[in-house]
Amino acid sequence: RHGHAGARRVCRGLLLLLVLVLLEGSVVFPLGAASSPDVDPRGHSEDRAVAEESQNYSKKAFPVLSLDYHHIHVPFEIALWVLLASLMKLGFHLIPRLSSIVPESCLLIVVGLLVGGFIKLAGEKVPPVLDSQSFFLCLLPPIILDAGYFLPIRPFMENLGTILMFAVVGTLWNAFFVGGLLYAVCQIQPGNPSDLHNLELLPCLLFASIISAVDPVAVLAVFEEIHINELLHILVFGESLLNDAVTVVLYHLFEEYSGAGTVTILDGVLGVISFLVVALGGVLVGAIYGFLAAFTSRFTSHVRVIEPLFVFVYSYMAYLSAEMFHLSGIMALIACGAVMRPYVEANISHKSHTTIKYFLKMWSSVSETLIFIFLGVATVDGPHSWNWTFVTVTVLLCLVSRVIGVIGLTFVINKFRIVKLTTKDQFIVAYGGLRGAIAFSLGFLLEEKHFPMRDMFLTAIITVIFFTVFVQGMTIKPLVELLAVKKKQEAKRTINEEIHTQFLDHLLTGIEDICGHYGHHHWKDKLNRINKKYVKKCLIADERGREPQLIAFYHKMEMKQAIELVESGGGFKPPSALPSTVSMQNIQPKKPAAAKPVQRALPQLPKGREEEIRTILRSNLQRTRQRLRSYNRHTLVADPYEEGFSDFIIKKQKIIELEKKIIHMNNLTLPAAPPDSPTLCRARLASDPQAYRPKRDSVPTIQVDLASPQSPDSVNLMDEFRANGSRREEEEDQGLTMRPRGEDGRREQLTRCLSDPGPSADEDEDEPFLP
Amino acid sequence: MGASQTRPEHRHQDLADRTGFSLEQIKNLHKRFQQLSGDEDTISKENLESIPTLANNPIRKQIIGAFFDKSAFAECLLAAGGAPHFPYRHQRGFILFGLRNQHRGEAGSCDQIGFEQFLMVMSHFRPPTLKMTAEEKEAMRREKLRFLFNMHDTDNDGTITLVEYRKVVEELLSKSGSIGQEAAEAIADAAMLEVASTNVPTMGPDDFYEGITFEHFEQILKGLEMESRMHIRFLDVDTTTMRCGKSTS
Repeated sequence: RHGHAGARRVCRGLLLLLVLVLLEGSVVFPLGAASSPDVDPRGHSEDRAVAEESQNYSKKAFPVLSLDYHHIHVPFEIALWVLLASLMKLGFHLIPRLSSIVPESCLLIVVGLLVGGFIKLAGEKVPPVLDSQSFFLCLLPPIILDAGYFLPIRPFMENLGTILMFAVVGTLWNAFFVGGLLYAVCQIQPGNPSDLHNLELLPCLLFASIISAVDPVAVLAVFEEIHINELLHILVFGESLLNDAVTVVLYHLFEEYSGAGTVTILDGVLGVISFLVVALGGVLVGAIYGFLAAFTSRFTSHVRVIEPLFVFVYSYMAYLSAEMFHLSGIMALIACGAVMRPYVEANISHKSHTTIKYFLKMWSSVSETLIFIFLGVATVDGPHSWNWTFVTVTVLLCLVSRVIGVIGLTFVINKFRIVKLTTKDQFIVAYGGLRGAIAFSLGFLLEEKHFPMRDMFLTAIITVIFFTVFVQGMTIKPLVELLAVKKKQEAKRTINEEIHTQFLDHLLTGIEDICGHYGHHHWKDKLNRINKKYVKKCLIADERGREPQLIAFYHKMEMKQAIELVESGGGFKPPSALPSTVSMQNIQPKKPAAAKPVQRALPQLPKGREEEIRTILRSNLQRTRQRLRSYNRHTLVADPYEEGFSDFIIKKQKIIELEKKIIHMNNLTLPAAPPDSPTLCRARLASDPQAYRPKRDSVPTIQVDLASPQSPDSVNLMDEFRANGSRREEEEDQGLTMRPRGEDGRREQLTRCLSDPGPSADEDEDEPFLP
Repeated sequence: MGASQTRPEHRHQDLADRTGFSLEQIKNLHKRFQQLSGDEDTISKENLESIPTLANNPIRKQIIGAFFDKSAFAECLLAAGGAPHFPYRHQRGFILFGLRNQHRGEAGSCDQIGFEQFLMVMSHFRPPTLKMTAEEKEAMRREKLRFLFNMHDTDNDGTITLVEYRKVVEELLSKSGSIGQEAAEAIADAAMLEVASTNVPTMGPDDFYEGITFEHFEQILKGLEMESRMHIRFLDVDTTTMRCGKSTS
């Protein structure tokens, strides 16, 4: 029976997918028909006919409704594609089993193939969606910015040498190995002279340089789902980002000189210099724009609404500026995001932070989806010229060269690394070298007249992409399981770990100083000190944003726990991951020294009293909740949102009082923090939705200021209920009684206020919570 | 060439066997030692404190203290001279662990340390090698954690009390101005609470958690993978006098 239900669900999901695809196809078809130049839209021709008829200005009927598709067809089609992409993403999650076997990227390519097939069947011209303009200027930047902004700096920097080796030397090796051998293979056909003989060395090398770069989009798409450990992730991903510079240089070099036919030593040297310029120039451009963005964000405290815009616009301009000079746009974007992030986050409000995060995720997600769909569409459309030898040899050589490259490089790298790369690691790095849409777009950019074999190139590129994404993408997950590769540690970072990480940093720096040689830690420490002393003062608005990392971490953790406390709905839990009965009084020294002030002396509670109080209050809350439910149905207006809200508010204020009581009893010290640092504000909004699972009857959008007593919000809330609260304490047995409308006007006002989270009620954190 | 040359060689080889450093590394460290001590046989706290780059380090005192901690070494008194004689079995990596356990009772600090002690403290910061088995890695991790523990446990009673832990956090935040002072205590308290609740989840309201023992310390820092994080790169090649040719280790 279970299998039957499951099968039915799968069928339903598949049917839905099919319907969506058909819908898309059927919508595109008439619109495509309408937009093709040789067939005028019916409405248009009618209008014109009518207009022509009435050349002598005779009065014609006023067109009440007319169709003018041509006017809006470009944005309309773009919107339609985006809609298709998003609906596809939704659709895949209706069939959970499918998305666990096949990575999303493969499914999206298949969808693209289907849509492309429909369009072609309809006889329409497939829009050239992967041409250079839209891909490199619109689709790629959001993904790269998202990657750069959220790049984990610490592991990236620690492994920078390894990453650079793989990116630069590895890509060079791939390009020359594949190009050279391909040329050799093309030449060796002794018997029947084929077109392949016309293929010269330089076009071969050009083709090889296009195909040899690991693609960040594909890597992101696949690696996101397999959750391997941080080291491997950052190695492959970092490589895919940094090899852009090499690809740009090789591509331009070979494209430039393919016409000439030869490359001299001078050109080679110029190529090397060009590489340095491209790479370092890109990073420099990115860093400049990053600092500009950070500096700008320092002054945005009065116009918080446009803060995210600065981040996006400066980053995009960094990308465009780098592209303008033929520098590496990807590296510029990464540098910009990574440089600006610590300063911008210290300056902006927590809402802007959330906005930036979600916009980046949204754009990169849609971009990625669109790229894969377009790959499918372009495959159906693109001019193909299949050549068995060329294609199979290419695929084979790509694999072989990648494996040899990784093994050889790791052998060299391990001599310099302290934490060596094991064979398993090497296998994953080699296997994770996926090719993607960038290679295809670069191939698409080639001009037919310079490269007569362009179609063959494109076919081969597509084959390699399909092979890596489908075969390698689908099998990497089971292989990771099979080889028992270490997975990402999901555990939350504890405060002890944070303390000791910092301690270790300083310790190792100190030991290096004693040893006398300036190593990794020394320079990192120096950079941190310069950062703290000069840069932060310049780029961060005020003192509170410059708190040391440990304190920021502690505040964030504290806030998260306070929020968890509220949302868990009752009972005081000491701040720990495991449920335990340990509280502050267990660790405070029993006999305080005489010199200690009075507040440190702990009142010893009688044994069962604390537990008693807890149970009373907990049961009170439960009764309250039940009471409220029954009352809500009859006395108040049946507004489900409001119902939940008032329930939640009552529950919360109970917990606030409870917590205050137990805090006083146990003398928990909360840091007397001055006005909230951005860290506090941000932590208040808690973690991102993936980590947060809202309980069924809690409303996730509320923001309550709990642990900072100075802020006016919490005081108001407390004051509101303190009067009522003391009354309620006496009526413990009855629980909370809800008064009808007239009597408890004040609370009614509060509830109404809260149930309307419109822009006027839920303002800047500077304004008081209640009017 | 003669007796004067072979004796330090012999000693160095001996030390290499015991501490796990290569001969090249020991030679380089010896040079550094000479540089710090002003060509004498021992170094004092003042020698280490005079390193200019160390001045910016917030936990400078603890680091220097760790070198001179008596409980970490077998014989401080022999530092002044003479060939030290370690009467136990040599075994790479395990040696120091056994050593410390033997002499846990001794407290206090020396005033002068010799090259052997210097080297032994340094040996805690060796990286794991590719050929290490899981047990060896585990032993190395424990050794490093023990070093850290001893650094925190200033009175050498085997537990890190709340006062000691507070001191640790305070020192860590000492360069951060007034924000650091206020928050240090709260952070230390919260951290202590976390250790207590992770290791002893059920405590009655009257029980008192004495302090972090070494087992608890190991438990809470399990996630950090000490053996791969707590290391520095020791120079294999002596850059001042480059010698091409034979390898000596």
